[in-house]
Amino acid sequence: MAKLNVNGVVREFEAEGDTPLLWVLREQLGLTGTKYGCGIAACGACTVHVDGVPTRSCTRPVSTIGANEKITTIEGLSPDGSHPVQKAWVALDVPQCGYCQSGQVMAAVALLKGNPKPSDADIDTAMGNICRCGTYNRIRAAIHAVARGDLKAAQLSIQHADGSTT
Amino acid sequence: MSRAAIEMDRRRFLAAGASAGLVVGFHIPFAGTAAAQGSTPEVNAWVVVRPDDTVVVRVARSEMGQGTLTGLAQLVAEELDANWAKVSTEYPTPGQNLARKRVWGNFSTGGSRGIRESHEYVRKGGAAARMMLVQAAANEWKVPVSECRAASSVVTHVPSGRTLGYGHLAPAAGKLEPPANVTLKDPKDWKIAGRRLARLDTADKVTGKQMYGVDLKLPGMLNAAIKDCPVFGGKVKAVNEAAIRNRPGVKKVVRVGDSAVAVVADTWWRAKTALDALPIEWDYGPNVKESSATVAAMLKAGLDAPEAALGNQNGDARAALASASRVIEAVYSYPHQNHATMEPMNATARWTPERCEVWTPTQNGEAALAATSEAAGLPADQCEVYKVLLGGGFGRRGAVHDWVRQAVEIARQMPGTPVKLLWSREEDMLHGRFHPVTQCKLRAGLDAQGNVTALHMRISGQSILASVFPENIKDGKDPVVFQGLNPPGPEASIGYSFPNLLVDHAMRNPPVPPGFWRGVNLNQNTIYLEGFIDEIAAATRQDPLVLRRKLMAGHPKHLAVLDAVAERAGWGRPAPDVNGMKVYRGLAQTMGFGSYVAACAEVSVSNEGELKIHRIVAATDCGHAVNPQQIEAQVEGSFAYGLSAALFGECTLKDGRMEQANFDTYPVVHMRHMPKVETIVMPSGGFWGGVGEPTIAVAAPAVLNAIYAATGKRIRDLPLKHHSLKRA
Repeated sequence: MAKLNVNGVVREFEAEGDTPLLWVLREQLGLTGTKYGCGIAACGACTVHVDGVPTRSCTRPVSTIGANEKITTIEGLSPDGSHPVQKAWVALDVPQCGYCQSGQVMAAVALLKGNPKPSDADIDTAMGNICRCGTYNRIRAAIHAVARGDLKAAQLSIQHADGSTT
Repeated sequence: MSRAAIEMDRRRFLAAGASAGLVVGFHIPFAGTAAAQGSTPEVNAWVVVRPDDTVVVRVARSEMGQGTLTGLAQLVAEELDANWAKVSTEYPTPGQNLARKRVWGNFSTGGSRGIRESHEYVRKGGAAARMMLVQAAANEWKVPVSECRAASSVVTHVPSGRTLGYGHLAPAAGKLEPPANVTLKDPKDWKIAGRRLARLDTADKVTGKQMYGVDLKLPGMLNAAIKDCPVFGGKVKAVNEAAIRNRPGVKKVVRVGDSAVAVVADTWWRAKTALDALPIEWDYGPNVKESSATVAAMLKAGLDAPEAALGNQNGDARAALASASRVIEAVYSYPHQNHATMEPMNATARWTPERCEVWTPTQNGEAALAATSEAAGLPADQCEVYKVLLGGGFGRRGAVHDWVRQAVEIARQMPGTPVKLLWSREEDMLHGRFHPVTQCKLRAGLDAQGNVTALHMRISGQSILASVFPENIKDGKDPVVFQGLNPPGPEASIGYSFPNLLVDHAMRNPPVPPGFWRGVNLNQNTIYLEGFIDEIAAATRQDPLVLRRKLMAGHPKHLAVLDAVAERAGWGRPAPDVNGMKVYRGLAQTMGFGSYVAACAEVSVSNEGELKIHRIVAATDCGHAVNPQQIEAQVEGSFAYGLSAALFGECTLKDGRMEQANFDTYPVVHMRHMPKVETIVMPSGGFWGGVGEPTIAVAAPAVLNAIYAATGKRIRDLPLKHHSLKRA
């Protein structure tokens, strides 16, 4: 049995060593929040963190990940969706179909961790994930909202069921 | 639905299988919040109210990101006078719709029709439910119904001040006779519809809890990967199963139809890698010599062919062109595109000789059920389809359910075992239902003063209907080909008046399966017409807006959105420089899917030819705006989709197969390409238009016209990546 440290828990699994991390997460460990989009590290839907570094898990053979490397998936970002990036995504209604958003959120979290006040150019560089629905402008607005600590800064005037407006 | 809910359903699935031994899976709901067959009785087909006052609105159309689940729920909740904070949604199944004589109407979710075609009957469903709830309260109090008022899921007896909640009233209300006459609210009195409400389905999409078709896991389920002959029209000749028989996890190799092979294994990755290692010999069939060049030659011949189907005509354009002082002519073209939904095609099927069930992301549950029934060899009432949230649709998951048929054909060869079929991205790219390819020759006649006396648009190329719904071709005419060019009327009408006009179509169908691709034929028709209008303006030395205003005088709704973007963008005044770069503007307008849209793009082009799209101002008149913040999201998304096609999108044919197999060769718009978008939502009332598609059509021509303003280069064929914008 091979082992992976995922979301703070050491998990055992059986898979061929050349199996991409993505498929071990999805099929052996049941963590389906991380998505398959292209299989060639082009779209970013499979983005997870390996020791904090955003990593496209669809091309990373699971055998190359050491026992001490810590993997964080979308499920491990927060227990209840309370990470500031997740909250901003909800506040600004960023997702449309939502399929790419796990990867987008993971990429944004990594960006903001290393660069708490990213410029538009920083966002362009760091956010290389594909969204076919075209949520890019709301993603940008949500990243800036997190950086400013102000969910109303985007002025989208979205009315939430709890009575708040963002 | 959430992971916890899936787990709960898995247990229910097991329990149902163990105790009843039949209709397994009937109670597995997806992509809503609860089973349509839940224990709480309904008030009517559209509304369930639970004892805790939670209102569950049933939505027949599919959610694929466009927000229809929220928008339709707003319309029902509005008429119901529901407490929005306690509204959720669920999907009825296509099988239930069949059993209940289509009480939920059409399930088809395409053509931006979700709201515009069902607003009336869903609102009536909400209003009828409200009337029944109020009647139930009046009955309980033994007071006249006229003394009772409903608001926020509570009925009040006005004279006494007594109140009863919808949850309490629902069981009695559901037993009442539905009202014969239902009056709908005037939109000016809306409190829930028309507001910038947050979507109902966002939270699970940022935590990984949202289940898509690819995430489904049923007890005992196996996984399948498939390879269809990469050459269109080819077949499987031979398969060497022995080569992969001993690979880990492999259970079975199955033929699917006469053109595809699938490997079934315990995990998808093992199925996929075994399939990659499987030697397959193909019979490539009759199309192996077809290429984009042969297709282009076929279309070119149609540009001057004597026979063509008539789309729109007034006056005598041919005669007017023959006598014109001057004729301007140009030929445009548009390539094949793949939908490239982020979630590749997938379906999970379980077949027994008595029953077949399918779980799949589909834009049309009823069409998926029909495909299931046919592939299963079972009547539709022995089949069921459970809709799962779509990871993108864009038209790919609507009309043709090729992947559903495949999944059922695989499951049929493994009776009793649920099998999840997932296409690789490569399979998805090679076996799309492609945006049709067309060319267009435009000829405009001018008189001595430069006035436009005639326009002839000859479209040559592919018909979607001829492939997908051939029964809708009448006298050789595909009416959908003329989107945006139709005579004045409520759908896809041309926004210009010409003294003499002729729009016709020479159908030329290459051996590439076409499909409805978000925006459909409005996309290329708007590029052709809006590009050419700019060409006429340039040839007659007129401002493009001034010329349009002249030709659009009889089309006030078309003109209103155009004027709105021109004014907001500052047309007529120089655009401010950006980073020392001069900025140029381009305009486009069109009408389709029931709505009027326009865009003004602002671009700069560097001396090296690098294009930067800085800002697009867009306007939409969709008649009634149900959720303006979601309309803005659809408009922004439409630019991402339309600009992906304009900048990069192209599927080219070589040796009878598509050359682009993944995002490395089929690039799309990324964050760094995305312009700022300012959206003007300007509903003028009196009609219901769609918002998911029309704006795509103005994305490319607005940018192309701005590029012309910046460089003097007129681009007539896409994608832009093939053109150098470097100054000569």
